Amino acid sequence: MLESLLFLIMGLITIACALCVVFQKNPIYSAIFLIQTMVSLAVLYVLLHAQFIAAIQVMVYAGAIMVLFIFVIMLLNLSKADEGEARDNLFFQKPSAIILGFILVVMIGAVTLKTVLQGTKGEYTPEIISQIGNTQLVGKMLFTKYVFPFEIASILLFVAIIGAIILAKKRIVEDEKV
Amino acid sequence: MMEALIFLVLAVIKVAVVIGVLLLIIAYLIWVERKVMAHMQIRLGPMRVGWHGLLQPIADGLKLIFKEDIIPAHASKIVFVLAPVVATVPALLSIAVIPFGDTISILGRSIDMVITDINIGILFVLAVTSVGIYGIILGGWSSNNKYSLLGALRSSAQMISYELSLGLSLIGVIMISQSLSLVDIVNSQAKYWFVILQPLGFLIYAISAIAETNRCPFDLPEAETELVAGFHTEYSSMKFALFFMAEYANIVTVSAVAVTFFFGGWRGPFLPPVVWFLIKMALCIFFFIWLRSTYPRFRYDQLMKFGWKILLPVALANILITGIVIVLV
Repeated sequence: MLESLLFLIMGLITIACALCVVFQKNPIYSAIFLIQTMVSLAVLYVLLHAQFIAAIQVMVYAGAIMVLFIFVIMLLNLSKADEGEARDNLFFQKPSAIILGFILVVMIGAVTLKTVLQGTKGEYTPEIISQIGNTQLVGKMLFTKYVFPFEIASILLFVAIIGAIILAKKRIVEDEKV
Repeated sequence: MMEALIFLVLAVIKVAVVIGVLLLIIAYLIWVERKVMAHMQIRLGPMRVGWHGLLQPIADGLKLIFKEDIIPAHASKIVFVLAPVVATVPALLSIAVIPFGDTISILGRSIDMVITDINIGILFVLAVTSVGIYGIILGGWSSNNKYSLLGALRSSAQMISYELSLGLSLIGVIMISQSLSLVDIVNSQAKYWFVILQPLGFLIYAISAIAETNRCPFDLPEAETELVAGFHTEYSSMKFALFFMAEYANIVTVSAVAVTFFFGGWRGPFLPPVVWFLIKMALCIFFFIWLRSTYPRFRYDQLMKFGWKILLPVALANILITGIVIVLV
């Protein structure tokens, strides 16, 4: 009872914040609402007995990635004129967003109306998880059953880091030439 | 029903006592810092209010409450007001999982000397403190002041860089004790302190904790000489006091985590556990003040180089060595 009430409140807050991210004009306010969305999602994870994921959600998304977002927004320091110009350049954005959004809504609607989304029950019920320990279970799963996608993800991140360094280096070399 | 009610009352009492003591410590920490630094520099420090200036924190608090509260023109008002709160609340929150003593029994009930023992304890501390940095960033941005913005940018880059080493330095201890719960970590130090098993981990933790709390020699975000006090230049009255409180609360938290992870927590002979905990924590805090009156400030590029090129590789190597030793022994 208490849990479903909490879920309802946190779900509403999450959705409200997510909507604010989209509708805010100032990018900094959008970023602040995005942080709030991430933190509310973490609360939803706690309600699902996934404390480890919740802590990582706050640490990585709210604590690290969003700091970089805000960092970049502050450095760019968008003025009102830039915003208007950017909006004019992206005239194709509105129609394509409407079409794609419509397709997404139809797809989600079709799935939810056709079947009742039940989800298959796994072997790890909250009781078993609390017995083994949340973190231990996630670690074990990552390094046994899901080791392949885990390693693939790490290679992907590694490639992204190298790409970022190459892009940064290129500009430095060009600057030195000038 | 009765059981739930008793649980609730106990929890409220615990929270009230811990937060009350924490706020008292923070208030007197400012006095301690001024006194200790004064004596290290052969001065007297605050002497006028009360015996050896003992009432100085109360006088300062009253003064700050009655000061004029200024919000600069063109500042983003909501964010400007919100920022000190965002800085302070996480700093106070993270004390919730730190154990102060062994389980004691009062009137036939066993009471844990910790507000809550969750199985992801240290992750909770790291997650909550990582949110605290928004106070500084948003405060600097919303002030609509060049120096504040520079301070905020500096601090966000610095804290992200050193957060990594801070987290990695604790992993060695977690590997040995095989738990993230702070209560379990203290219990696994019954034989010897982890500072003996993890000297390198402790060194990395100490350095990155100082950087995380923006203390000297890593106090670049508020460098007075170049940034006019950085992110809190435009703040006045109680909002300014809240930033101060957040800084000292963070010092208390990182000291408490250091004691729990590396110095056996509340464990010690003869004296009651809580007293041992407070003594160890006081020594850690003294170390912070000592550093401040000893070292000059880092330059910004030195700070970044040190964080990424020295501290992070050493922290990773420490984890690798710890893993090898655990497997072999």
